[in-house]
Amino acid sequence: MTAAQWIGGLLVLAGIPFLLLGTLGLLRFPDVYTRLHALAKSDNVGLGLVCIGLGVQSGSLTLLLKLVLIWVLMLIASATAAGLIARTALARGLRPWGT
Amino acid sequence: MGVAGVIFDVLLALALTWLAWQATRAADLFHAVVSFIVFGLLMALAWVRLEAPDIALAEAAIGAGATGALLLSALDRLASRERRRRLLYEPGAAWGFWIPAGGALLGALTLAAWKLPAPGLGNEVRAALGVSGVEHPVTAVLLNFRALDTLLEIGVLLLAAITIWSLGRAPSPLIPAMPSPALPALGRLLFPVFVLVAAYLLWRGSHAPGGAFPAGAVLGAGAILMLLAGARPWIRSSERGPWRWILSLGLVMLLAAGIAGTLAGQAFFEYPPGTAGPLILLLEVAAGLSIALLLFALYLRGEPCEHGYRGKGR
Repeated sequence: MTAAQWIGGLLVLAGIPFLLLGTLGLLRFPDVYTRLHALAKSDNVGLGLVCIGLGVQSGSLTLLLKLVLIWVLMLIASATAAGLIARTALARGLRPWGT
Repeated sequence: MGVAGVIFDVLLALALTWLAWQATRAADLFHAVVSFIVFGLLMALAWVRLEAPDIALAEAAIGAGATGALLLSALDRLASRERRRRLLYEPGAAWGFWIPAGGALLGALTLAAWKLPAPGLGNEVRAALGVSGVEHPVTAVLLNFRALDTLLEIGVLLLAAITIWSLGRAPSPLIPAMPSPALPALGRLLFPVFVLVAAYLLWRGSHAPGGAFPAGAVLGAGAILMLLAGARPWIRSSERGPWRWILSLGLVMLLAAGIAGTLAGQAFFEYPPGTAGPLILLLEVAAGLSIALLLFALYLRGEPCEHGYRGKGR
């Protein structure tokens, strides 16, 4: 295995706990706001690490840039979606947990 | 295929079955719609596993994206008491009729799939690919060998849009009041990306998975996003714009391409020698534009009103 494959593999492995913990937060946190908090942050870090890891592992700069582009688009979409869900929940009168 | 591949496929099949059950049986309709959207996404993954990326693209864009948006907006129109599914038949009928009937259908389909000629028509398509004008077999089938099917598909889509629009004007307001400034910003930022991706898919169709249907679906989804972000739809009869032509452009061009061959003394949909490549690209562009606007028109559910198209409460 080449150095690029090792580094890529390690980056993917480093990303997986973020995705797992984000999902755990989605399942276990008490209300919509805390769940969004878990998902919108942790999953995006995990996805970024996995995308960069796969790109590095592929050894192709074009593929790396494409995967990073996917990640950036996901960042924008998930930030907007999380904001919309939270605003809608607030507008419908869902009280944040503990208030 | 390794053990991991088999495990993944089994998990995927189980998840699809479970999601299909949820989408059809969940009492809460929102739950059912979300299950359906996730089903579409996983179905796209299943097509990728079956090495059919063209169908995966179409499934993700139309099955999960456009249909999902359509179902969610339909759900938004329902009063909250109507969002629970009423059981239309006796629960006991499931065991007495539906499960045996479903089992029989599954058995018949399995038998039919089993009896299919083993290599299919793949070799014939590959042998004729050189004269089709394109390098990608799926595009060759869709726009050359079986262009009649594509013609009819676009005809069905146009017919659906006309039928829905003839039922009345679009409900007003078109979009729910949304105080977030993020969505308009997202729409403005992403719409050029939608256009770019659609053009890329269209251009790619001649030599790789892509083509008119995924491109049109992506462009249509971008238009729906702009609508949700508060943009004013420009297709309305009072302006008599070019949109009516764009809606029917795909069907008109395909019909013209089919009939032109007949008039020149050739078979229906037989392209003149040497012109198949550019002709297919032209048809793809026309069909892609039509599909994008047709999906958007389906989402609008009718001609939008001049006034009160946004922000009038729910």
